[in-house]
Amino acid sequence: MGRVVLVTGVSRDLGRRFARSLAADPEVDRVIGVDVVPPRGDVGAVSFVRVDIRNPVIAKVIAKEDVDTVVHMSIIATPGSAGGRHTMKELNVIGTMQLLAACQRARTVRRLVVKSTTTVYGASPADPAMFTEDMQPRRAPRSGYAKDVAEIEGYVRGFARRRPDVDVLTLRCANVVGPHVQSPITSYLRLPVVPTVLGYDPRMQLLHEDDLFSVLHLAALREGVSGTVNVAGEGVVVLSQALRRLGRPAAPMPGTAVGRLGQVLRKAHVADFSPEQLAFLTYGRGVDTTRMREVLGFEPAFTTEQALADFGSTLPPVLGPARATAQQVAGQALGTLARLVPTGGARG
Amino acid sequence: MGDAEVIPIGTRGRPGRGTGSTTPSSASRGLAGGARRPAAQRSPEPPEQPEEISDAADAQDTATDPATHPGWTDEDSIGGGAAGPTAGASTSSSTTSSTTTSTTTADRHPLGNVSPAELMNALTGAAKEVFGPEWEEELARLLAFVRRRLTGDYAVDEYGFDPEVTERFFLTALRPVAQKWFRIEVRGIENIPTDSGALIVSNHSGTLPWDGLMTMVTVHDRTGRFVRPLGADLVFRTPVVAQLARMGGATLACSEDADRMLAGGELVGVWPEGFKGLGKPYAERYKLQRFGRGGFVSAALRTRTPIVPLSVVGAEEIYPMLSSMPTLARVLGVPYFPVTPLFPWLGPLGMVPLPSKWLMEFGEPVRTDELEDGAADDPMLVFDVTDQVRESIQQTLYRLLMERKSVFG
Repeated sequence: MGRVVLVTGVSRDLGRRFARSLAADPEVDRVIGVDVVPPRGDVGAVSFVRVDIRNPVIAKVIAKEDVDTVVHMSIIATPGSAGGRHTMKELNVIGTMQLLAACQRARTVRRLVVKSTTTVYGASPADPAMFTEDMQPRRAPRSGYAKDVAEIEGYVRGFARRRPDVDVLTLRCANVVGPHVQSPITSYLRLPVVPTVLGYDPRMQLLHEDDLFSVLHLAALREGVSGTVNVAGEGVVVLSQALRRLGRPAAPMPGTAVGRLGQVLRKAHVADFSPEQLAFLTYGRGVDTTRMREVLGFEPAFTTEQALADFGSTLPPVLGPARATAQQVAGQALGTLARLVPTGGARG
Repeated sequence: MGDAEVIPIGTRGRPGRGTGSTTPSSASRGLAGGARRPAAQRSPEPPEQPEEISDAADAQDTATDPATHPGWTDEDSIGGGAAGPTAGASTSSSTTSSTTTSTTTADRHPLGNVSPAELMNALTGAAKEVFGPEWEEELARLLAFVRRRLTGDYAVDEYGFDPEVTERFFLTALRPVAQKWFRIEVRGIENIPTDSGALIVSNHSGTLPWDGLMTMVTVHDRTGRFVRPLGADLVFRTPVVAQLARMGGATLACSEDADRMLAGGELVGVWPEGFKGLGKPYAERYKLQRFGRGGFVSAALRTRTPIVPLSVVGAEEIYPMLSSMPTLARVLGVPYFPVTPLFPWLGPLGMVPLPSKWLMEFGEPVRTDELEDGAADDPMLVFDVTDQVRESIQQTLYRLLMERKSVFG
């Protein structure tokens, strides 16, 4: 018997592509994609149902289709795409509550996978270098995306208590990058000149989009794994290093100036700077991925460095010419030296 | 400066330049050649003929030859620094010979006298001075390093530690301070394990954490291992300092990070007195403060790593703190605002540490691998081990103070 999987948030690129790849798996009988607006691209074998998860109609969809696995990935990070912070909070928190209520009623549901984020750990100078799944953020998030996610995870834990027969798996994913990803961190790194916080060099871990699909796929089909798992590519890069690798010039400025510039950029719809992202760009964050390897049995195909390189390969070069010149000059200097060495050696 | 050539410039009270007299000044007489006698008489001892005083020449050459590294003193030499002052000698002889050649106006052009071969020689010599005999390879390595830094092609570990920059810049910049300024004498370096994890526990003093930096340099020079310091969250909240600390291998002093680093086999350094030790007044020097809450001992017990007590003598005297101005400190958001005999009166100059003589002694390691499981959960045992480490450091401090001849000796 195949599986019936319900995927939320398929109108967005990552959700649509994940649903499509899941539908191509022979182990999966049907994939039902739900969202408030239809997906823009090709959904393949996915059957799309236009339904708002904030509406009790979602319960009827789950009951009618005999859904046994729910993959909840419609938690959105930026108010821009939803049309304001208020709508974003509604979609995130009320939508999740409604979805969980529907799952609790549905006897057929055996498995729930929630795509959460490492943003829930926050970022502060009092953080440990690597967060494990049992650690709490040093400061409870007070606003925005991080607070939404913290509330959502709270409701998910409540659901897991009330339905112990359902395997509930929460994946806290690091920043997802990839050639097609539109997220706060990718739009930040795509800026032609990247404002950074003066005097800080945050550590970051990245997750390639392909790895995000693989881990969700694995999580949706893997029996008997539950709990919370951090997901991130291996290794850490610091921001200055990442910018050099991407060939992006950095513009260091004090933290308050970066925040104000972020507000301007947000109004211009260029990039989205939330307060929690500013904290991340100041203090950085790292998460421990031991459980991902040992409990979930997942190994990302891309390390953080490789994910960054793959993301960088699609960026229009900013410092390309300057970099080429610098390399040429260095190469010429080396060549000149090589020619001079015999003379110098003979004399010296 | 005993062997420097003394060429008298000025009239020295005799008639000459500036007096309207037609007699040439003593300076110009001296420059005309053949008039070196008075100069030789004035110097207290014959400065030339370095072969006579070859023993002392080494010490004296250092003043004139900036490229010579005398390195460590005999008892704690670690190799290196054996580059002789031969290059310096040859350059000084060539300058004296060029002054005697006659000069015409045509030769006044700055490059008039310089043949390409000489220029090449000078450049090669300079490169040798800077990079040593294998200067081509060294220079190529430096260029490759610069290219790696510019393209971001280097790796940092999960704490943000950048070993390349730490070794090439931080430790290189701090090494002269350790060797020349504080003249650190090290004992018991063999107590540091060569490849396994260990926790170095040290006393803390000196207003600014110079003792931490000096411990990092000394341990790296003697054992080749990097000390990974645990710092207060103030360090990671302060701009620039935060960036440099992570780059240099530090991380936050919390039980999660301590466990993780020790379990990873790192050599972790802690200063459990924290700001209480760092910012204590000069009158209380070498009196150990409370050792935190013993968190470092629990971490060592949990990971079964040895605790190496380290006693540092000398750091208390680098900035003798007279007052801490608590009100101003509170306004600035720092634990204390030091007032020393030189700071803040001399401004940035007052931040130069006094050149006290330092002694560092690594004590016998406290073993934790023989304790039973769950020892870290026994608070009484943790307090006992904490006291044992504290007492051992305090006793060693008293002993080292007795051995020390004088503060700056």
